[in-house]
Amino acid sequence: MSETNTKESTATSVLSADTTKTLRDEPRGRTGWSRILLGRDAIMIYALIATIVVAMISVPRFASPVTTGFLLLDVIPVLLIAMPMTLIIITGEIDLSVASIAGLTSASIGVLWQAGFDIGLVLVLGVVIGLVAGAFNGFLVAVIGLPSLAVTIGTLALFRGLALVVIGDNAVANFPPELTGFFTSKLGATGIPTVMIGVVIIVLAFGVVLHFTPFGRGLYALGYSPEAARFVGIHVARSKFWLYVASGGVSALAGIFWTLRYSSARSDNASGLELAVIAAVLLGGVSIFGGKGSIPGVVAGVLLIGTINYALRLGRVSDVVLIIVTGTLLIASVITPSIADAIRRRRHDQRLRRSLPQA
Amino acid sequence: MELFRNRAGGRRARRIATFAAVTATVALIATGCAAGDSGSDGGSGADGSQTITFIPKQLNNPYTDVVLGGGEEGADAAGFASSEVVGPLDASASSQVSFINAETQAGTNVIVIAANDPDAVCSALEEARSGGAKIVAFDSDTNPDCRDVFISQVVAKDVALIQTKLIAEQIGGSGQIAILSATANATNQNEWIKYMEEDLAANYPDIELVAKVYGDDDDTKSFQEAQGLMQAYPDLKGIISPTTVGIAATARYLSTSEYKGKVALTGLGLPNEMRPFVKDGTVTEFALWDPAQLGYVAAFAGKALADGDITGAEGDTFEAGDLGEREVGADGIVIVGPPTVFDADNIDDYDF
Repeated sequence: MSETNTKESTATSVLSADTTKTLRDEPRGRTGWSRILLGRDAIMIYALIATIVVAMISVPRFASPVTTGFLLLDVIPVLLIAMPMTLIIITGEIDLSVASIAGLTSASIGVLWQAGFDIGLVLVLGVVIGLVAGAFNGFLVAVIGLPSLAVTIGTLALFRGLALVVIGDNAVANFPPELTGFFTSKLGATGIPTVMIGVVIIVLAFGVVLHFTPFGRGLYALGYSPEAARFVGIHVARSKFWLYVASGGVSALAGIFWTLRYSSARSDNASGLELAVIAAVLLGGVSIFGGKGSIPGVVAGVLLIGTINYALRLGRVSDVVLIIVTGTLLIASVITPSIADAIRRRRHDQRLRRSLPQA
Repeated sequence: MELFRNRAGGRRARRIATFAAVTATVALIATGCAAGDSGSDGGSGADGSQTITFIPKQLNNPYTDVVLGGGEEGADAAGFASSEVVGPLDASASSQVSFINAETQAGTNVIVIAANDPDAVCSALEEARSGGAKIVAFDSDTNPDCRDVFISQVVAKDVALIQTKLIAEQIGGSGQIAILSATANATNQNEWIKYMEEDLAANYPDIELVAKVYGDDDDTKSFQEAQGLMQAYPDLKGIISPTTVGIAATARYLSTSEYKGKVALTGLGLPNEMRPFVKDGTVTEFALWDPAQLGYVAAFAGKALADGDITGAEGDTFEAGDLGEREVGADGIVIVGPPTVFDADNIDDYDF
């Protein structure tokens, strides 16, 4: 048989193949328990548990309630800001100005407190400053339609600069001891910081909004395709605007926590935190291209990085090693799904080829 | 339905394999790193097994390395069972707190710290003290309430005065000068600058301090700040840089620019870093104390506190090894020694 003949006969047999037969090994999504127990979130949680177990065995003194307290106090700022950051990255945008908003809030509440305002009012004003800063980002990104990367790199510098203008090279440290004491206090003998109650409420709120409301589900659609999202009736600009406002507000809360935990309001508070947050969010399984990710995964990601840092520090491993480990983990977490995807696609192609009728 | 189960089985197996791989990686990293150090943590409490940990402002800073070298030598000589150095990579205010917490949990007997922020580390140090640790501040003080003693290089005023004296000599007593400092919040630099400003106003009326800039103890930033100063103030006659990173970066900039030999530079520098610039004429004289002695005395002060020989009260005295007796002054401050002035004639006698 000549070559052209072979091709022709293949084409004919494909056309005449039984079209009622479904492709045998076409993969489908998991459902039910296997979806929950073997999903990406679950893997992160298993990795977290495994790390904790390993640390408890191999790092002396890790297994104590003191660890819980110090570790959670260390991760709270990252955990807080990771919540709005998850939602923003899911929509395919980014907010790099979060740490600067926290710094600006810290500087502002320091100056307001020193000026003699009531502490309650000072804290409320701090949150308002964060909300306004977030709204400014939101306006530029959602209303004007500028790229979020460019806008928030700009406001990263702008808000940090404003913090310097507000407080200069001073530091305000004389916050009421009852208040700073409260921020480092623990719930009884559990070692869990009291402020965790508030943090858990915020995490739950973001989890519910993202996973159980039409608004939250819409964010995934928005991340996949803004055009398609607009056509199905999602308010693209409005959603993004409010996400940035929320991000500003939560960053302000993180700034307040930072200030009162360390009893020090300064312009350089929380600097560089945005990268820690984004690293944790990506490790938690959120796709930087948008459309993918979940709150439980991100919480596990934040705690995983926090635990590894804390355990290595307790084992007196140098910070140099520590940042290398964090970097490696992040790369591994980004690469592993891509490799898994590539393998899956290859197998799928093979199956497809196998199940095609042969000439 | 049967088809579905088959497929799910295969996918599940792959998922489990992926999960196992990730877990194994994490576990290996964690154990690998932890195992290397598991032998070094001494017990706490009992005599002869006391532990000391140094927490510098940041790691990988040449000046800090010399201080810590002296500290470890002192810790050995004083009889500590083990000494550790831990610290952040950036000199930011709050990054030291996690390290203090880890030391508290490790039951370290003496924590020696150079505070990036006098207040931010306070509550963590309080917690460490309530766990029985003794706190020695060195190089840069914490809030006096949060430590037992502070080991100061020299009297702050002397450090300031020697720098204004050197710059005045080098620029002939009149003209514009600028200060290139470390971070805007650095406790010791700000104290020196305060004294310098007072001294300039009182004793050198013809010298005008036109700018204070901050290189954040970062080589590149300091270099750029020096460059910026020369552009902004064409009539500038001298720069004081009271930080080793700043003076080295400024000297590097000046030595390659048209201002070499025309703009005077002085401040606090490390002889080893400054040697080429002194030899090529960029810098004539600069000052510093011997930083190794700072760590050395801090270690002995820690030992005396841990043994209960001193409490950090004014008038307490302790033996600081080869350096002899040191006395605790007002506010728990211990002075190490007077600053040394380095020039082309004596710089080769020093190696740090």
